[in-house]
Amino acid sequence: MKYVIIGTGVAGIAAIEAIRSVFPSPDGRGQGEGSVEIVMVGDDPYGFYSRPGLAYYLTGELHDKALFPRTQDDYRRMNFRFVSGRVKNILREERVVEVEGKESLKYDRLLIAVGAQALPLEVPGATLEGVLKLDHMEDAKRILKQARRGKTAVVVGGGITALELTEGLLSRGMNVHYMLRGDRYWSNVLDEQESKIVEHRLHEEGVTLHRHAEIIEITGKNNRVNGVRLLNGKMLKCDLVAYAIGIRPRVELAKQAGLAIDRGISVNEYLQTDDPNVYAAGDVAQVYDPASGRSVLDSLWGPARQQGYAAGLNMAGKKTIYIKPPAFNVTRLAGITTTIIGMVGRGHDKDLMGIARGDSETWRRLPDSMVAQAGFEVNRIRLLVGERQLLGAVVMGDQKLSFPLERIVSENMDISPIRDKLLASNARIGDVIAEFWASLKN
Amino acid sequence: MSSRNILFLKTTSRSMAILGIFQRDADKHTVLSSGQVVPDSARCIQCGICTYNCPVGIDVRAHAWRGEPVVHSQCLTCGECVARCPRGVLRFEQTDLFAKGKP
Repeated sequence: MKYVIIGTGVAGIAAIEAIRSVFPSPDGRGQGEGSVEIVMVGDDPYGFYSRPGLAYYLTGELHDKALFPRTQDDYRRMNFRFVSGRVKNILREERVVEVEGKESLKYDRLLIAVGAQALPLEVPGATLEGVLKLDHMEDAKRILKQARRGKTAVVVGGGITALELTEGLLSRGMNVHYMLRGDRYWSNVLDEQESKIVEHRLHEEGVTLHRHAEIIEITGKNNRVNGVRLLNGKMLKCDLVAYAIGIRPRVELAKQAGLAIDRGISVNEYLQTDDPNVYAAGDVAQVYDPASGRSVLDSLWGPARQQGYAAGLNMAGKKTIYIKPPAFNVTRLAGITTTIIGMVGRGHDKDLMGIARGDSETWRRLPDSMVAQAGFEVNRIRLLVGERQLLGAVVMGDQKLSFPLERIVSENMDISPIRDKLLASNARIGDVIAEFWASLKN
Repeated sequence: MSSRNILFLKTTSRSMAILGIFQRDADKHTVLSSGQVVPDSARCIQCGICTYNCPVGIDVRAHAWRGEPVVHSQCLTCGECVARCPRGVLRFEQTDLFAKGKP
């Protein structure tokens, strides 16, 4: 049996682990089906590393080498072959993957896990040197190199990645101008207070925030960025423009191969495309969710890993349904660890032109609920209280309660005994949740 | 400027995490000596800050991938990995080894 995995991200690695859990290494034999061969092919020369971790490489908290979770020894134990190269074509009739400048790869089961990429900035001057995005290790290295050459940076975008770019460039000693299209930071997920907390901390650290700001042109000299022109007519001098305005699934390969595509590659709950030998997982996949009856995109590391693992099991013949967990993301906003659970978003997508990295579509649905909140400065909890359940929570700062809250939300626990307490004015909701959790454990 | 900002990030996340964990725990040492580091792998993005900062070189990240507690003879339970994790993956959990009524 020949398995080919296109893509070197976490979904691909998880798929290999899953296949090897069914057909263990080192002899690659299992259940009398003959030898099992796994090939991973991808165009990222750095292979598998923590893409979300690039943010901490930018801030200087980590060495680039520390971002690689696996050693060559680990890969040998997983027993697969790695081919570095760009896939040109998938020939589904012959079951062959064509790789640029390399031998073609024959497959019995194929996984497409090529992820998503940054939406391009579509303004004049966007191709100048010094206009940067953050998709790959190479991008991060380019950013650091450019940051050493200049003093002033402009960052564009409304989500997590844009903020990570801001913090990274700031740590590297640059003066950062952060452009928000709307009137506040990440307005489709955070509420006004939460945005304010983040913005206040950025301001304190020396970031210049521009609200209702839109770049209409990037100006340059000798093919290098030297400034930006804003919609309101203002000009701003800068040496670097970094953008993160959303991402889109890399569906080109699948499209060329004639696979069913919507916004991502359409797959059923087994992560299988309309070709039974071809699977897709991770940011590129648009997965049917049996619980909601909808097909959804996800752009988070956790779900990508889970989807990759489920795809791998299915490819190895172990039927496994992927069940989408409730939206859940942890990130760090201006130094504050923040957990976002379930449905928390309201408002419009002013800052986001596509899918934001680290975003999950579930948050954007307006829940029919009331909002209870408590906290001070950087320790803040926001709960979306429904009739009998907690629909969502935002935990900023102290993360002690985020673990119980994750369970309460994801397991749809009945919170009616504490609902009124949570919604009472000046409720100490942290204590109420802590007591409720303690009572459940006893 | 540059080092100041890095320091800012480190000290904030660190003091916050420590505050978060020990706010109500009167005796920090009790927790440390009888606790172990437990990961919540759903939160982990394998960035490796934990492994990078472990003073005795334990690959904490590998534990987080597998969702296994850091049971390691050399673990000092110093809390460095717990404090530095930017995503709140790691926490101390009391092992019942020295609890009352148990051997």
